[in-house]
Parts: sequence; structure tokens; C-alpha cells
Amino acid sequence: MSSLSIRKLAKEYVPGKPVLRDISLDIGGTGITAIIGPSGTGKSTLIRCINRLIDPTSGEILFEGKDLAKLAGGELRAARRRIGMVFQEYNLVERLTVMENLLSGRLGYVSAWQAFRRKFSDADIQRAFSLLQRVGLADFANRRADELSGGQRQRVGICRAVMQSPGLLLADEPTSSLDPKTSVEIMELMRDLARENNVPVVINIHQVQLAQRFAERIIGMSGGHVVYDGAPDGLTQEILQKIYGGEDWLAT
Amino acid sequence: MTSATTELNQWIRFTPAQRLARFAVYLGMVAAVVWALKTIEIIPEFLYDAPEQVLDMGSRMWPIDWANFWPGVWPALIETLHIAAMATILGLCMGVPVGFLAARNATPFPWVNHIARFILVATRSISTLLWALFFVAMFGPGPLAGALAIAFHSIGFIGKMFSEGVEESNKRSIEALQAAGATRMQLIVMGFWPQVKPTFWSVALFRWDINVRESAILGLVGAGGIGVALNAAIDLLQWDRVALILITIFVVVILIEMMVMWIRKRVI
Repeated sequence: MSSLSIRKLAKEYVPGKPVLRDISLDIGGTGITAIIGPSGTGKSTLIRCINRLIDPTSGEILFEGKDLAKLAGGELRAARRRIGMVFQEYNLVERLTVMENLLSGRLGYVSAWQAFRRKFSDADIQRAFSLLQRVGLADFANRRADELSGGQRQRVGICRAVMQSPGLLLADEPTSSLDPKTSVEIMELMRDLARENNVPVVINIHQVQLAQRFAERIIGMSGGHVVYDGAPDGLTQEILQKIYGGEDWLAT
Repeated sequence: MTSATTELNQWIRFTPAQRLARFAVYLGMVAAVVWALKTIEIIPEFLYDAPEQVLDMGSRMWPIDWANFWPGVWPALIETLHIAAMATILGLCMGVPVGFLAARNATPFPWVNHIARFILVATRSISTLLWALFFVAMFGPGPLAGALAIAFHSIGFIGKMFSEGVEESNKRSIEALQAAGATRMQLIVMGFWPQVKPTFWSVALFRWDINVRESAILGLVGAGGIGVALNAAIDLLQWDRVALILITIFVVVILIEMMVMWIRKRVI
């Protein structure tokens, strides 16, 4: 069963210059699907079209029985709260505490007035504490987000996304601002949390090795097309050349 | 090896056209000053005996009428401070919402932004004294008219500074909350508000500081406060009392300036 089906998705920021051309994908299971490809090939646009941070030009995005491409207003917000998102720059509200940032993942379920008084349910608060425990930030609940290191902030970002109880997790280059060791830890965390919570994950990523190590499926994009879709071991030199172009950079 | 390397390179700061333009600007400035001096018709005789007049006024102001401080000036001073505080709170209550409506990122509807901006410009361009005349006519003379006048004039300043703070806030955080399914109101509560809170307090303090000074002169049009006492003293030619009031205003303004600076350093 696939939880997300993308049909003939296209996006043109400037008419006549498509960034995404006719993308069709089915994403399901509970593993990581990694999207790789050169900068400017539309990976980020694709991820952001799924939860409509960017509006696609045409095509369908079927998720939990609805076409996200056609939703607006309250229906769109209801769909968005089922899709967690992790960002390259963590995108926390830096002047709020770690706990408040986690609880902001529940905004789709409370009113603005409740949010203003920080009136979240006990269940939400218990869940937030256990997630913080799970990612090793139990002592940081009342620290302000801007006091944390990059890796810690990204873990908060992931917790916020998981707090939504999502049916799908999106991650837009979650490791690009982190050092290699932290990057691996973050990928491990995303993989494990996805399994524990039974959620499929779609990740944009620049580091091919990380993608191969953690993803169950790799989608290679080039020029707005999907040029590879398969297992990580299938990424041969020729295919990498097809995705990124050139060959000198592959020489070892 | 070319001969050009031995020649000195010329560097000219302004092209002839630029030089001409600069000269035209200077000429325009001088012309404006000359024209203005002609229009205001300075009467030389008044200018010559100015030092004499100042000395005369000084002698009338001395000795300062300290005895009038209590119970004359003190209640008026307290009323002035109350007018300023009320006006600042009211101005914040009205200016902050309009500021959110004027910020393009918090309110992504251009026509709403335009209306909000118009409100900000309109309230600010009508001076406090004009607002005071309007409210004195509406509610009669007294501190209520004064507080409303300053509050309405404050809307523009508070709203403008605040909306600029909102527009400078980190859009990535906002994007993340949007992705979690937050409503526009929730974006303001959990996304924008925490980010603009320091701006809010600094604008509130700054405006309170300005409003104390504004409320000191509002009495001139009958809108309550220490200005009423000042006006009365001038009308009755009680120059020793005028001196007392001016010194009081001066001391209070300095004290408030110091207090605001201290709070800023400690809190913001």
C-alpha cells in the first residue's frame, strides 16, 4: 500500500520553464526514500509541492484519500498536520523553548487561543517528554532553542515533526548544515523514528553515501525528471553520471 | 612594454556632469535660505532688543515660585504622567494589530496592507495638538481628550516600527509552523509574536518616553496635565510660576530618559 501517490506533477515558476516535468511516484512502506540530484534540479521544489509550501502548476498528489494539489484553507491545514517536515536550517522558533517548539507540532490540533495560553493536552506534553527522552534531550525541555547546537536543534526539529503524528515525513536536506558525524546520527534517528512510528520518509539529500547507507530506495533526479528509481546498490557509476553529469568528479 | 605603463593614470572624482549637478544643488539650497529669510520678515528692532527682553523675563522669573509646587504643580504633573501611560497603553492596543495587518508576511493580502499602511500614515501625520483639538471638541477639555489625542497620534509610530519588526522576522520558522498546519492566527501567536517581543518592548518604552513629553504641552489646548498649569501661569503673567513648571518638566523628562535607558540596558 502506498501512502503517497504523485501523478504527472509539474511546476513552472516562470511559464515555459518547467522545474519539475511530469513526475509520477508512489511512496509507501516505512523506510527512507532518498531523492538525490544536482542543485537546482527541483528536489526541494518536489518536496515542498507535496505539503503545498509551493503550489504545483499541474498534476495530482494523492495522500490519505485526498488530492493535496486541490486543497485550500482548512482542508489543506488538516492535510498538512498529517505531514511532518524537517528542514535544512532546522526552522525552529529560536526564541521559544525546546518544549514550546515540540508542542508547535500540535498546532493543527488546537485553537490559536489555546496555543497562546500554551494549553496543550496532557497526552501531547507526555509525548513531548518521551520524545525528548528518546533523542537524548530530556534535560533541555526548558532551554531556549537558540542555546542549542546544530545537531541538537535538528533533533528538536525532527521531534516537532514526529509530534504531529504524521502519516508521512518529509525532510529537505536535513544534514546539509551538519558535520559528517552528526549527519550520520541524524539519519539514524530519522530511520529509527520512522520505523518506530510506522511512517514513510522522503528525504532530499546531497551526500550520496549517506543516501545509499540509510535509504531503502533512491530516486535520482536530473533536469526536472526522475532518471533513476531503485535500490541503493543499483547506483552504478553510469547512473551517477546520468544524474549529476560529467565524470571527473567520480574518478577515485 | 607599452608606453601606457609609464603614463600617470588620471583619477577624477566627479564627471563634469556630476560637478554641474552638485553645483546646482548648492545653488538651490542658498536660494531657498534667501527666499525663506525674505518671507519671514524679520523686524530688526525686535532682534536688537532681544537680549534686553531675555534679561527682563529672567528677572521676572526669579525668584522661582517653589511654594507653588505643592499643591499646585504636583497634581498636574501626576496627571501628565497618567495621560502618557494611558495613551501609550491605548496606542499599543491599537497600533500593534494595525502593525500586524501592515506587515506583508503576517498578512499576505496586499489590499489589507495598503489600508493598514494608510491608517499608520494618516494617524501619524495629524499632529498631537490637532488630535487634541478634535477630542477636546468631542469630549470637552480634560485629561481624557489628552490621552486619546496622544494615543491616536502614537498609532502610526508604534504600528510602523512594529510592522517593520514583524517583516524582519525569520521566515523559515514561519514556514515550519505552516507545514505543521497552523492557522494564520497561530502563526502570529507562536511564530511572529515570540520573534517581535523585544521590538514590542523597545517600541513601548520609546513611545512612552515621547508621550510624556507630548502630554506636557497638550494642556496648551486644554487637554489636561501640566500644560494647563503652564498656560494659566503664562496668561496671568506669573513668570516665577512659569519657571517652576518649566524646571519641573525638564527634570521629569531627564529622569524618564534615564529610567528608560536603564530598563533598556537591563531588560532588552
